[in-house]
Amino acid sequence: MNKSTNHQITKSPNNSGHFGLYGGRFVPETLMPAITELDSAYRKARQDAGFKKELNQILKHYVGRPTPLYEAKGLQEAVGGGIRVFLKREDLAHTGAHKINNTIGQVLLAKRMGKTRIIAETGAGQHGVATATAAALMGLKCEVYMGRKDMVRQSMNVFRMELTGAKVIPVLSGTQTLKDAINETIRDWVTNVGDTHYVIGSVVGPHPYPMMVRNFQSVIGRETRRQIRQLAGCLPDVVMACVGGGSNAMGIFYPFIKDRGIRLIGVEAAGKGVETDFHSAPLAVGSPGVLHGAMSYLLQDRWGQIKGAHSLAPGLDYPGVGPEHSVFKDSGRVEYAAVDDEQALQAFRLLSETDGIIPALESAHAVAYLKELAPSLPKGSIVVINLSGRGDKDVATVAELIKGRTDK
Amino acid sequence: MNRIDRMFSQLRKRKEAALIPFITTGDPDIATTEALILEMDRQGADLIELGLPFSDPLADGPTIQASSQRALRHNINAKDLLKLVKKVRRKTNIPLVLMGYYNPLFQYGLSAFAKDAATAGLDGTIVPDLPLEEAKDWIAAAKSQGLANILLVAPNTPADRVKKIARATQGFLYYVSVTGITGARTELPDELSQGLNGIKQLTNKPVAVGFGISKPAQVSMLSAVTDGIIVGSAIVKLIEAHTIKQGNDLKAGPDLVKKVGEFIGELKEATKTGY
Repeated sequence: MNKSTNHQITKSPNNSGHFGLYGGRFVPETLMPAITELDSAYRKARQDAGFKKELNQILKHYVGRPTPLYEAKGLQEAVGGGIRVFLKREDLAHTGAHKINNTIGQVLLAKRMGKTRIIAETGAGQHGVATATAAALMGLKCEVYMGRKDMVRQSMNVFRMELTGAKVIPVLSGTQTLKDAINETIRDWVTNVGDTHYVIGSVVGPHPYPMMVRNFQSVIGRETRRQIRQLAGCLPDVVMACVGGGSNAMGIFYPFIKDRGIRLIGVEAAGKGVETDFHSAPLAVGSPGVLHGAMSYLLQDRWGQIKGAHSLAPGLDYPGVGPEHSVFKDSGRVEYAAVDDEQALQAFRLLSETDGIIPALESAHAVAYLKELAPSLPKGSIVVINLSGRGDKDVATVAELIKGRTDK
Repeated sequence: MNRIDRMFSQLRKRKEAALIPFITTGDPDIATTEALILEMDRQGADLIELGLPFSDPLADGPTIQASSQRALRHNINAKDLLKLVKKVRRKTNIPLVLMGYYNPLFQYGLSAFAKDAATAGLDGTIVPDLPLEEAKDWIAAAKSQGLANILLVAPNTPADRVKKIARATQGFLYYVSVTGITGARTELPDELSQGLNGIKQLTNKPVAVGFGISKPAQVSMLSAVTDGIIVGSAIVKLIEAHTIKQGNDLKAGPDLVKKVGEFIGELKEATKTGY
C-alpha cells in the first residue's frame, strides 16, 4: 500500500460520510435533518474540552477505565509456540462489555443536544444493557428493541435492562434477530425524530455513526498501546478481535492502523460453516450492498435480498458489517478470518479453564482463531486479543448445549 | 414528454388531482398484480406505484412489511417486476413507477436496470432510502434512459433543501405527509395542508402527497392543495383481506380485484370534488 491510501484510511470518512466506496447515508429523507444535526453536534462536542472531560470522568469513575491488559499465561501455554498472549479486558468494564464506551459517549451527546428519549437496538442484549445503563445514569427515558428470538436466548439481559428502567420491545418481524431490531429502531426514529436519539451499537448505520462509534471505542486501542508498552516494552505483533458489526475490533484496531508492521486480524462468525447458509461472515463470503443506511459487505442473494445470518453468538448474528471494515478488507490493511460455532465453543471452555476467565461467546471467536494462528507465528511474538465481553450471559446457552451432548 | 408529465398536464386542464395507488408486486402473486393494474386503470387510477418487495423495508409500517413478505414467498425480484411491466404495457398506457429500496437496484446494476426498465415501459422510480446526496449515480443512469427518479421531501425538510430536491426530482415531488413510516392513519396531521402549501410555493413541479392517506374524504380534502394523492396501505390491507389460503400458498379470493377496483373508483371520484 502506498502513502496516499494510508492517508485515505486515516482521514476517512469524507464530509458526506463515505469511506471510499463504502458508508454514506442511505436513509429516508425524514432522517436526513436528524443525522445532519447529529453530525454537527458530534463534531462540535469533539472540539469541546468540557465534553471530553465529562466523558473521561465517567469512563474512569463509572465504567472503570482503563480496563486491564492481562497476560494470559494459561492460554499462551495451552496454545504453545512460545508466543505471549495479552487480553484486553473489556469484559471488566461496567455492564460486562466494551459496548458501554460508546453508549456513555452517545447518551452524553444526546443530552447536550436536548433529546429526552433514547432508543436502541440490541442483539445479545449487551448493547441494550449498556444503553439502558447510560440512560439511567443520565436520567433519560430509554426503550430498546430486541428480536423475540434473542429475548429468549438472552433473558438475563432483558431483565437487566428492565431493572435499570428501560422498556424492552419485542421485535416480531423478519428473522426476529439483530437485523430486524435495527429496522424497527429506525422506524421508531423516523416517527419520533424530534425528541429522540438513536444510540446505534456498532460501527454500522448511516454517517456519522460509523465514525462516531469508532472514535468512542478507540479508547480501547489507545489504552492498549500504552499498556503493552509498559508490560512488554514494545508494541504487539498481532492484534485480534471478533467482528460482528465490528465495533470492538474497530476500537482496538484503529489506534494501530498506521503501524504497518502490526498485523490486525478480525474474526467473523462462520456459524455452521461459511460454505453453508448459516453463518455471519459477510467479509469472508459476502458482497457490497446497502443495508441500514450504509454501503458495505453484506450477506445477500443475487437479487439484493438480505439473507439471515447465523451464529451461536447473538452479538455476531448480523448479515452486515461496518463500512470501514469493508475498506480495510479491500485495502488489505486488516486480515479477516472466520471460525465456526464449534471452535468458538471450545475456546469458550478453554479460556475458562486456563485462566479462569469466562469470555462472551462473541469474544471466544477471537480466542479460537488464536489456536489456528499460533503455530504460524515466530517464537516470542506478542499477540493482543480484545476480550470484548464476559460470558455470564452465555452460560445458560452453553450449559444447555453441553447437556444436550452428554444426554445423547 | 413522458407519460408522467403528460398525465399531470392533462389533469391540470381537467382540474383533477392524480390518484396514485400503490400495490406490492407479486402480492399475493404476479397474475393478481397484473389484473389489479388493469382494473385500477379502468377505475380511474392516474399512475400506479409498483412496490418491489424487499427483505428489510425500513420506511414501511406493518401492512406493507407483511405484503412484502407475502410477495417474497415467491421470491419476486426486479426481473419479475420488469417482465410484468412489459406485459401490461401492451394493454395500458398508464404511467408505472417502481417503488423500492436501493439494494435490489444496486445489485441488478444501475445502468442495466435503467436500460431494461425503459425497454419494458416503466416510467420512473421512487427509492425511499436514496436521498439526494446518494442518488447521483442512479439519477444519471435513469436520465440516460428517459426514466424519472422521483425524490421525496418530509415535513421536517428545511426549505433550502426542499428547493434543492425539487430541482433534482423528475415527474413529481413526493411529499411525505407525516414524520413516520407508511401505514393508514385515521387522522392526518392538522398542519398537512399548510405544509403542502409551503412546498407548492417552493416548486413549480407537481407535488403528490403520500403516507397515511386511506379515505375518500381525506383524498377530497387534499385534492384542493396538491397535484396527486398516493394511497398505499389502505389498498394493501384490502388485498390482504381478500387473499385466501390454498394449502400452503396464498391466492386472490374471488372478489379481490373487484373490491380494489371499487375502492379506486371511490378515491378517484374524490380527486374531482375537492380540486
